[in-house]
Amino acid sequence: MSELTLVQAVNHALAQAMRSDPDVLVLGEDIGPNGGVFRATEGLFKEFGADRVIDTPLSETGIVGAAIGMALYGLKPVAEIQFLDFIYPAFDQIVSELAKFRYRSGGQYPCHVVIRTPYGGGVKGGLYHSQSSEAYFAHTAGLKVVVPSNPADAKGLLLTAIFDEDPVIFLEPKRIYRSVTGEVPDGDVRVPFGEAATVREGSDVSVFAYGAMVPPSLKAAEAIQSEGIRAEVIDLRSLVPLDEASVIASVEKTGRAVIVHEAPRFVGFGAELAAILAEKALYSLKSPVLRVAGYDTPFPYALENQYLPGPERIAHAIRTAVRSG
Amino acid sequence: MPVREPASTGLPAADLPEVYRTMVTARLMDERCLTLQRQGRIGFYVPLQGQEAAQVGCGWALDPADWIFPAYRELAVALCRKIPLELLIDQFIGNAGDDLKGRQMPNHFGYRRFRFVPASSPVGTQIIHAVGTAMAARWKEERIATVTFFGDGTTSSNDFHSGLNFAGVYKAPTIFFCQNNQWAISLPRARQTASETLAEKATAYGIPGVVVDGMDVHAVYRAVALARERAVSGGGPTLIEAQVYRLGPHTSSDDPTRYRSDAEVDLWKAKDPVRLLRAELIGSGALSEESDRALWESIRAQIAAAVKAAEATPPVDPLTMFDDVYAQRTPRLESERAEMVESIGRRGNRP
Repeated sequence: MSELTLVQAVNHALAQAMRSDPDVLVLGEDIGPNGGVFRATEGLFKEFGADRVIDTPLSETGIVGAAIGMALYGLKPVAEIQFLDFIYPAFDQIVSELAKFRYRSGGQYPCHVVIRTPYGGGVKGGLYHSQSSEAYFAHTAGLKVVVPSNPADAKGLLLTAIFDEDPVIFLEPKRIYRSVTGEVPDGDVRVPFGEAATVREGSDVSVFAYGAMVPPSLKAAEAIQSEGIRAEVIDLRSLVPLDEASVIASVEKTGRAVIVHEAPRFVGFGAELAAILAEKALYSLKSPVLRVAGYDTPFPYALENQYLPGPERIAHAIRTAVRSG
Repeated sequence: MPVREPASTGLPAADLPEVYRTMVTARLMDERCLTLQRQGRIGFYVPLQGQEAAQVGCGWALDPADWIFPAYRELAVALCRKIPLELLIDQFIGNAGDDLKGRQMPNHFGYRRFRFVPASSPVGTQIIHAVGTAMAARWKEERIATVTFFGDGTTSSNDFHSGLNFAGVYKAPTIFFCQNNQWAISLPRARQTASETLAEKATAYGIPGVVVDGMDVHAVYRAVALARERAVSGGGPTLIEAQVYRLGPHTSSDDPTRYRSDAEVDLWKAKDPVRLLRAELIGSGALSEESDRALWESIRAQIAAAVKAAEATPPVDPLTMFDDVYAQRTPRLESERAEMVESIGRRGNRP
């Protein structure tokens, strides 16, 4: 075990994978001697050299497209996109190529690329260093979408992603890159996809969150305990594949659901969760499903603390859910 | 930068009859498949008439180990790889014999065993893949080139730029083979870019660019053989602009009389690459009028037999729809598949 920050855990996962498999390589902007703008690739260039830690020209479509070509050949590339906000030049490569290669080739060409990218607000990043656009990718068949909320999951899920057979969008909550540390197992310890984690047990209401929204959800659940409300907090961890069984089982137990994400509410991932509950757990529900989300506006720089769901807003939703039925 | 030409880059005379046969096969496949489309027997078709010399000249200069990243018009390159006609027609129909399991429009075929990567429809996305594969192959010390095909319109795309830029930076062993067929659907070459040639765009990326007469199979072969030699010996990428003409429509859905004149088409028909090579072979005595007629007849019969066999192949199994989205079906896909099993049980295989 080591006490690591989330970004250090990412770094350890990359180094671990590169040591154990010579076909794993990383590519992206400023990831070489500079170690990445968030230092996620710190030390890798020195240990593995320029052939496996590839500094690229400033072109997201080039990074993802070249990674696809490497994966078709049989390598296991891990591409870094500096911010999720800058991924859009590569959108065509991701949704038209990466997501569809295995399918459109009738299974002849698996296309295993991991795209790591920091996402989310709370770092004074304004419109273009704060967004949380996981829904675009979760909506695209063929991609897996994973969001860790703590250092141990960051390492374990990233190792699973690198050795998975499918393309993975790996979203790193940059707001909590360094704000918390946690115990992380040494070595190749993987966290499987498609298994949500119950991070707090409760019987009155289920709170579903992922990534940087897990810590404020826990805070809200703890704060509201004094009011006699026992909230269960479920960290989804992987959006695709989704652990539907755990989502439904929790609501069958508590009868109430609050969904938390920082992306805009309209057609956000929470809408799918709410639909699943409506389809498969309606008769267990005692009160309407509530969503605490970013507002349906672009991401505001000076007002980010008002925009982002925090413990107060989440606690209010939990209270509303419990009191309304 | 000057490139010294090795002595062995000419198209061997002994290969010419086979080169000609391949070009005629492409021409006749075009004719037959456009008809099949008109008859509703295949859904769509992308003809290549006018581009046979460019494609076969290029395909002939490659090694079978080289990776091909086609656009959707590269049927004659596939024929150089000896991909069987019936297999191609299986793909056009999308039947159970199709390696792509009926998932793509006609002409988007691809076969791992032939190192021929299936195309997508967005233009240019394959260009940067070819560069990534080339980087990987060089790193693994495999002495091959990757070759990517695209048209004049694609030189305006994002991935043309990113592909050539990456290839220049990493000296990737990639051949960028641009078939400038003068028309990007309805937009003429002069409206696509203010550059005098497409090949000169290579200069900005620090790589050589070459213009070649794409109606002349010898010239194309030589240019590609040189580029391939450069690539596999560590010299880096080359952009080749083969100047050709799309004698037919963009696709079976296009009506070229809306945007170009018959006079222009007639001008280029005089340079029809199949007729040019035919005249050369008859001139050299390698072919007679009579043997040529027999050749065309035998290829027509081959195509007819392939169509017949492909049409007798059963349709694709609907339950395969849920395969290959991921390596393993997710729980969601399992439940959707079960839904389809139930639905087919209820109403048969009807929509």
